Amino acid sequence: MTLAPARQSILPDRVTTPTLRTFLRGVPSVDEVGAAERVAALSTRSIKKESKRAALDLMIRMMDLTTLEGKDTPGKVIQMSAKAHRPDPTDPSIPSVAAVCVYPNMVPYAVQATEGTGVLVASVATYFPSGLSDTRLKIEETKKVVADGADEVDMVIDRGAFLAGEYFKVFDEIRRTREACGDAHLKVILETGELETLDNVRRASMLAMAAGADFIKTSTGKVSPAATLPVTLVMLEAIRDFHDATGVQVGMKPAGGIRTSKEAMRYLVVLNETLGVDWMTPEWFRFGASSLLNDVLMQIRWLETGRYSSPDYFTKD
Amino acid sequence: MAITRIPSTTHEPLLWEYADSKESTDVVEIDDRYGLYIDGEFRSPRSRSHFTTVNPATEEPLATVAEAGKADVDDAVAAARAAYEDVWGPMSPPERAKYIFRIARMIQERSRELAVLETLDGGKPIKESRDVDLPLVAGHFFYYAGWADKLEYAFPGIRPRPLGVAGQVIPWNFPMLMLAWKVAPALAAGNTVVLKPAETTPLTALAFARLTEEAGLPPGVLNVVTGAGETGSLVVAHDDVDKVAFTGSTAVGKLIQRQLAGTTKKLTLELGGKGAHLIFEDAPLDQAVEGVINGIFFNQGHVCCAGSRLLVEESVHDRFVDKLKRRLSTLRVGDPMDKNTDVGAINSKEQLDRISDLVESGRSEGAEMFQPDCELPQRGFFFRPTLFTGVSQSHRIAQEEIFGPVLSILSFRTPEEAVEKANNTPYGLSAGVWTSKGSRILWMADRLRAGVVWANTFNKFDPASPFGGYKESGFGREGGRHGLLAYMDWSEG
Repeated sequence: MTLAPARQSILPDRVTTPTLRTFLRGVPSVDEVGAAERVAALSTRSIKKESKRAALDLMIRMMDLTTLEGKDTPGKVIQMSAKAHRPDPTDPSIPSVAAVCVYPNMVPYAVQATEGTGVLVASVATYFPSGLSDTRLKIEETKKVVADGADEVDMVIDRGAFLAGEYFKVFDEIRRTREACGDAHLKVILETGELETLDNVRRASMLAMAAGADFIKTSTGKVSPAATLPVTLVMLEAIRDFHDATGVQVGMKPAGGIRTSKEAMRYLVVLNETLGVDWMTPEWFRFGASSLLNDVLMQIRWLETGRYSSPDYFTKD
Repeated sequence: MAITRIPSTTHEPLLWEYADSKESTDVVEIDDRYGLYIDGEFRSPRSRSHFTTVNPATEEPLATVAEAGKADVDDAVAAARAAYEDVWGPMSPPERAKYIFRIARMIQERSRELAVLETLDGGKPIKESRDVDLPLVAGHFFYYAGWADKLEYAFPGIRPRPLGVAGQVIPWNFPMLMLAWKVAPALAAGNTVVLKPAETTPLTALAFARLTEEAGLPPGVLNVVTGAGETGSLVVAHDDVDKVAFTGSTAVGKLIQRQLAGTTKKLTLELGGKGAHLIFEDAPLDQAVEGVINGIFFNQGHVCCAGSRLLVEESVHDRFVDKLKRRLSTLRVGDPMDKNTDVGAINSKEQLDRISDLVESGRSEGAEMFQPDCELPQRGFFFRPTLFTGVSQSHRIAQEEIFGPVLSILSFRTPEEAVEKANNTPYGLSAGVWTSKGSRILWMADRLRAGVVWANTFNKFDPASPFGGYKESGFGREGGRHGLLAYMDWSEG
């Protein structure tokens, strides 16, 4: 897995909350009913045979296999990393996932466990999941995980500041985190379940991209709802607008709540028919998930053998 | 301390082609030859004349269908009259309701079969007949079944009396749905029916006739006479028909109105349209794109209320057109039986020629054409989704109903100009307003002369909502409580 060069903010250094507000007011509004109808229509796509097999394979390659629990231990992270590299030990044709995603103090173990496998290490940072701490501390944490070897940093935005209209604070934290990342890639988690409206989702997406996000990501997985199809559609549309305006390609990561390959298939359809082939690669799209992987493996085996295997035939790490 | 990482092989983006996913035709049985459904049975036509209905996606014949002549129409009207006098008219309203509810349930149970048949005979994508047409068809029968025993409460002060025999002529774009719009309220109000389905799409009406037979609907209450314009003319002109309902072209609607002048027949007409979509700068642009696409490419644009004219505020015109073009390129045009097809087959060769002719006129009049680079099937009647930019009000493609997947794009500068242009057509069936400003929606709706004005959406139908036109788009309303009026005698209190 290789990554494109990391980005910088596209706005000038001297932005303020009023200039950002003007920028965000220019973002097209979103009709919630229309967005829901569009994803409902795309959800009726019927994906069969070889197109299904290709998608299942891509889902694995796009996966950020994640463990973000208070009870995480080095042992758990090392086991998950093995699974990330070789998801199905009985079938070497199954590809590795894109990355493992862990808490900051698990980064050294993940880095060691994935060495030489091509699997990347992503770490959450900036006082995940709430993001409610000093900017200075968030930057320090980012620097630490990068120094420990994280290839990707999944930061959270300050949702309170965004909802209070303190756009500069949100923008500045993203920009400074971006700088602290160096060559590491930055994924910006909007926590859309707390932004609530699709208008907010679209504006926060534009703000994050303008500040230098390499990826925008829906959720921490700690808030319900996490990823949804309408939210993902709106973020993809924002990515498209941003690309049209700047020529800069930004990636997308829905995370949280995607547990079955059937659901993941719908995300791929929305991606395919919104942004198209240029984004149909792990370089530009990821699934943040933990239990999805085994369901995908089960579907692949079903396609190959015509039978469903017991869940006991798939490893739980 | 950074650890050297070994990148895995680079990942080429996946060019994801969806594999074929065809709906099975096993659920339908199509007879080689169909008679006329008169007085509860299928009969050979006294005219001895037949015609062939073809699958427009393959050009293969599906069945031979009887063409009703004068004697046949006489028989059908006589059967309907007798059933009205002896059975259906005197029947208590709750009993009538039971039959209509039973028909509604049977439609629901057989919706897969009817959807497949609709697509085979008419060319519309299976996902539309499955997800839109058939659910609405069942919905209309359920809705009017509910009214059947409550007619006294529908219009306070009006004592409900049926009219008698209704002669109904329906088009080929929504064969089963237009049948439901007409048959359900007619039966609920206590009338009997002689129905003439379109020449190119008779099969679902014949399947429906068989279904009513299985539902035990008394003979003569519903009669189906297949044929072309000639047969339709015999039905509407018949002396013993009390009520005429027609959906179709404005030209034919005018003929019928002339034919009926001086008679006591009641008439409702649902005719052509040239609906306008109005996109304001503050609209939810991406959802508006979806609305516009749905408005003109749904059912290949064979929709009387299609949003075939797009009026975009100049400040967002280019941006919006770019979005629209990109979206057009993702439409999947092809085999209507594939579950992933978005745009199916044009209903007939005749219609395809008409669309081609109007598109050619758009080009020669100087409008700029855009079509996505999609592959069309070798056989069958297909037309690429088409946009015209730089269109003027004086172009034919801005004035005439194309009834195909062709959108004409114009621009406006102010809300007044938008209203003026939107209303500048002999038609008045539908309009769509796209803006985030609630007050503007109301302001526009007051001024647009269209039977339906949709706000931030398009092509939304519900059995409880009346539908009909202004000006040359016709008169009378179908659907909702209003739809009953057309089938009731309400001249005296």
